[in-house]
Amino acid sequence: MLEKYLKNRLKEKKILLMTHIVLGYPSFEEGFQIVESMVEAGVDLMELQIPFSEPIADGPVILRANQSALANGVTVKKCLEFAGDVAKKFPIPFLVMTYYNILFQYGLDRFAGVMAKNDIKGAIVPDLPPEEGKEYLDAMAGHDRCPIFIFSPTTPLERMKYIASHGNGFIYCVARKGVTGADTDFSSDLHSYLARCRQATNLPLALGFGVKDKNDIDFLTGQVDIAVIGTQTIRLVEKEGVGSVGPFISGLR
Amino acid sequence: MLNRGYYDGFGGAYLPEILVATFDELEKVFLEAKNDPDFWQNYENLMSTYSCRPTPITFAENLSRYFGGPRIYIKREDLNHTGAHKANNVMGQGLLVKRMNKTRVIAETGAGQHGVATATMAAKFGFDCTIYMGEVDVERQRPNVFWMERLGAEVIPVKEGTRILKDAINEAFRDWVTHMDTTHYVLGTACGPHPFPEMVTYFQSIIGKEARKQMMESQGRLPTRIYACVGGGSNALGIFSGFLHDPAVELVGVEAGGKGLDTGEHASRLCSEDAAVGVAQGYKTYFLQNHEGQMKETHSIAAGLDYVGVSPILSHLKETGRVRFEAATDDEVVAATALTIRKEGVIPALESAHAFAQAFREASKLSHDDIILINQSGRGDKDIFTVADAFNDPKWQQFIIEKAKKYHA
Repeated sequence: MLEKYLKNRLKEKKILLMTHIVLGYPSFEEGFQIVESMVEAGVDLMELQIPFSEPIADGPVILRANQSALANGVTVKKCLEFAGDVAKKFPIPFLVMTYYNILFQYGLDRFAGVMAKNDIKGAIVPDLPPEEGKEYLDAMAGHDRCPIFIFSPTTPLERMKYIASHGNGFIYCVARKGVTGADTDFSSDLHSYLARCRQATNLPLALGFGVKDKNDIDFLTGQVDIAVIGTQTIRLVEKEGVGSVGPFISGLR
Repeated sequence: MLNRGYYDGFGGAYLPEILVATFDELEKVFLEAKNDPDFWQNYENLMSTYSCRPTPITFAENLSRYFGGPRIYIKREDLNHTGAHKANNVMGQGLLVKRMNKTRVIAETGAGQHGVATATMAAKFGFDCTIYMGEVDVERQRPNVFWMERLGAEVIPVKEGTRILKDAINEAFRDWVTHMDTTHYVLGTACGPHPFPEMVTYFQSIIGKEARKQMMESQGRLPTRIYACVGGGSNALGIFSGFLHDPAVELVGVEAGGKGLDTGEHASRLCSEDAAVGVAQGYKTYFLQNHEGQMKETHSIAAGLDYVGVSPILSHLKETGRVRFEAATDDEVVAATALTIRKEGVIPALESAHAFAQAFREASKLSHDDIILINQSGRGDKDIFTVADAFNDPKWQQFIIEKAKKYHA
């Protein structure tokens, strides 16, 4: 279902945009406004991060957003309600992104069930390789949700194929080593990596980590199907407020 | 990865994809080393010439008489170079770093023991070295920071999260996902993704191998009970691993009871109701967490035990019942430290004193025919600022006040 939506959308646009927010940061009210302006500015899908106390794959900006949300009393329960609200209100697909312990404590089948009930299309769980994910994969399949898996520049072709065989919807390709939010050098070095990703799977490819402006999106157009803007909009909201999000997103394509 | 390092459902390797290849390489090099008979021999040679191995077993004659029960013996890991069992793991991983041709090491540290040990190893082997240390720990362990910097390491205070050990581990992982081509992460305890629990236990097993041999040689028999403190669990697994297949030997792991298990201010994962099985920092084990999976703040008088998780191998040994787990409170630990110093003239680290406190609590219930062995994982005299604070020593405080005045003058 998600894959089909993305492929249809790609008939109209050369590259799709996926954006990211940390739920409850700066607050749920502002989060709702951010989602609204992102959808109005043409974002094609969104990942909603449920805060976790140990976000090991995230850099300083998203890490602090996680901590701040938790310090303000944000709960998993509230995050799932919010996700359900925006999924009902806005006509684009929403995914949850969080770390495995959040799903594990909630109960994997129960979590996938709530996702289905709230029309959350899929999940990105960066600390769960497919080898550790049997119960998760069963739960997601049972509720017809998409497990989104990750490729990295250090992943060999054979392993990419193995990962893709468990993925659904699309594959999230990490642009470089390191954590979220640092700069990425968008240069020809990426070509051979992306060619390998493409060779491994027919699923749409998203590329994230360090994507921050129109130049980056222009570079990626034609090479991947989805560009992921993560940290950059959090920085922008911190510096210039919620109102700056719409114009920023509109200016990317 | 050849296997995923499970111990009856605990452990595993919950890795971000970017690190999978690095862990594959680490596991491969570790297995090659383990299967190379020369490797362990080289390791023992290194530890006998650079550290003080084999460390002796000391008969605690006065404590034995004082409690009137069993004969009490102490395994003296405090006599290792840099003052704790941490050296065993660090030097072993240093040999693996050479095999991998990497040039830089990073490590987390809580109390600073593992940081100092890693910085020492890096100085000896000529590696660049970065140590991540929670800001709270940097403040309470300045002398160790001083030595790490003298040894050539860069010490980075971690200002995120609760600013203690677990946050230092997260930051070290963040460094590693960026620099794994040149860098090895010297994880300090038997936690984290496979192969770390197995690998750290392998290097620490030198404690148990020696202790078993020493008990047989000197006493002609094995101890009745063995006590070890449990933070991440590396010293406990080190000594226990020599006796796991001796069912008559009772193994007791002692966690940080902090201000008491009912106060919530402790670091007891295996004998409090506040912990549950979860997945964080790349592995599955008991974590101190809330019902939604967010990690809790922990407390211990001993920074080295102040950690939310515990070795998956120990979680497994708890479930099988092979190891009994207990908790000692901060107050009991200070009393046990004072008694041990006065009676035996040895100074256990506050971490190690947890094992002493539990042994003392149980000693009078054992008979003269029994033998107990306590693992003194580290020395306390090196942590004079912390220990003096724990004793609330007025003359020491006055000295510090005078010293501060001189710096202001």
